[in-house]
Amino acid sequence: MWSIIQIELYKIYKRPRTYIAFGAIAALIWVIQMGLKIDGEAYAAFLMKDINNTLIVDGKVLNGYLICYILLQLLLVHVPLLVALIAADMLSGEANLGTLRLLFTTPYSRTQWVLAKFIAASIYTILLLIWLAALALFLSMYIFGTDDLFLMKSNYVVLIETQDVFWRYVGAFVFASFSLLTVTALGFLMSSLANNSIGPIVATISAIVFFTILSTLNIPLFNLVKPYLFTTHMNNWKEFFDIQVTENNEAITGSILNIQKIKTSLLVLSIHIVLFVGASILIMKKKDVLS
Amino acid sequence: MTIINVASLCKNFGSLEAVKDLSFEVNEGEIFGFLGQNGSGKSTTIRMLLSLIHPTSGHIEIFGQDIVAHRNQIAKKMGAIIERPDLYPYLTAKEHLQLFAKLSQKKISASQIEHTLQQVGLSNRAFDKAQTFSLGMKQRLGIAIALVHQPELVILDEPTNGLDPQGIADIRHLIKDLAQKEGKTILVSSHLLTEIEQMAHQILIIHQGKKIALGPTATLLDPAKSLMKLNTTNDVLSKEKIAVSEFAAFQLDREEGIYFSIPTEKIASLHQFIVNAGIPIVSLESKRSLEDYFLQITSQSN
Repeated sequence: MWSIIQIELYKIYKRPRTYIAFGAIAALIWVIQMGLKIDGEAYAAFLMKDINNTLIVDGKVLNGYLICYILLQLLLVHVPLLVALIAADMLSGEANLGTLRLLFTTPYSRTQWVLAKFIAASIYTILLLIWLAALALFLSMYIFGTDDLFLMKSNYVVLIETQDVFWRYVGAFVFASFSLLTVTALGFLMSSLANNSIGPIVATISAIVFFTILSTLNIPLFNLVKPYLFTTHMNNWKEFFDIQVTENNEAITGSILNIQKIKTSLLVLSIHIVLFVGASILIMKKKDVLS
Repeated sequence: MTIINVASLCKNFGSLEAVKDLSFEVNEGEIFGFLGQNGSGKSTTIRMLLSLIHPTSGHIEIFGQDIVAHRNQIAKKMGAIIERPDLYPYLTAKEHLQLFAKLSQKKISASQIEHTLQQVGLSNRAFDKAQTFSLGMKQRLGIAIALVHQPELVILDEPTNGLDPQGIADIRHLIKDLAQKEGKTILVSSHLLTEIEQMAHQILIIHQGKKIALGPTATLLDPAKSLMKLNTTNDVLSKEKIAVSEFAAFQLDREEGIYFSIPTEKIASLHQFIVNAGIPIVSLESKRSLEDYFLQITSQSN
């Protein structure tokens, strides 16, 4: 099994398309970081203009931690689209090339192939996330330094002390990996249904957009299904940045306001991963390879 | 020893019966020619042998083992190319062989990979990416992939597709060598019937999914009935005369030319009949190639 995972990773490594996502993330982050480096103070002043009269903020608001948060808010919505480029092509791309039949005549079962391909695509997804973390977090920390994280939510502000921030990012990235692996698994399912490359990529992206809209709209009918949609849970990495406070409104270091919400989201995402991959295996086992 | 044993194999795609009750055996060390027109069910049958398509009914045994229960063990001893030579455009010829050598679960040395590239005439292109290859070179690489792990059974679906005449001759010699010198069993399909004729020990012909002929090449090419083509100065009159004679039963339904599938001992009588009818004969040719035989037999089947 390990040898076919290695082979799948090797093929991903050799494909030019693999590097599009890494390049796109690097370019986006670099542009935003440069923009904030050049004109960041004006941006920070704009953020703070509504609360400057009621709150005195000491220290460096526009630090590496805040910039990472801004980047994640912007990018974690779009990275799934980049993941779909590879994941949704893993099976259908081989069918389209005609190489699927070569693979399926080797001494490995179809289940082994689907699992190996999913694991390889998952490793790619994790590497993409590590790349994102390296640029969005570590590079921002290097360029802008660190300080307390000051976040303005819709009707309250959150202030997290410097030493209490880093582990939250680790948690947020681990959570994000579950979100992206769900997209990988969805891409896989779409990939198992088609024999061409473009269809599953478009279908995966369309499904994400469709379910994201359902998750966002506050309509009673949609509210019934929202808890079961993976898109409802994908952005809950932000829960790591909501902290508990004492009766005197003092932040409790190391706390998370709603840990149960994170656990529920991880469970829902995991169930989706298992269902999507399981369905892909069943489809591929029954499929006649005619390509 | 029987290497492939196919019994009552059927495959339906919806209401289409692609393969109907097909049975045959392939013996160890032989080159088994598999003939059929496009859409006759050849590739569907080959894909069922390779477990790419699930049969609707019937049974396949390879190396004495059931293909469904022991697919992975059987696959270790098989190599195949199926229709087109589809490859990874971003990998070189050598990388393809290294990749499929690893997938075979056998220890394949670097020298064996070099040897396989040499066998198919691709040594000088080992480090070129497949996307730069012509169709013929891709076909050679496809054959190399099928051979790199030294399989006991090689299944080649249209292996000479896209090759020039020299390439076709090279592949024919390679297939013969694989059977004669290395004792491999080879099932080969081709639309170039003369190729099969020159190398196959046994031939199976299928038409519209059904077996219409199976037997040793020598026997199939020397049937009790001969395929004859009659050329006269007046084919219209000849056809009219033949239509009301005893030879009408032997005439084949062809739009062009006058063909007979006729017992050999009756050829002289046919010649005499046309002469007696006062029609000058230009020629009465024996058409004994496999291609003609194939046309004869599929015409009868229709």
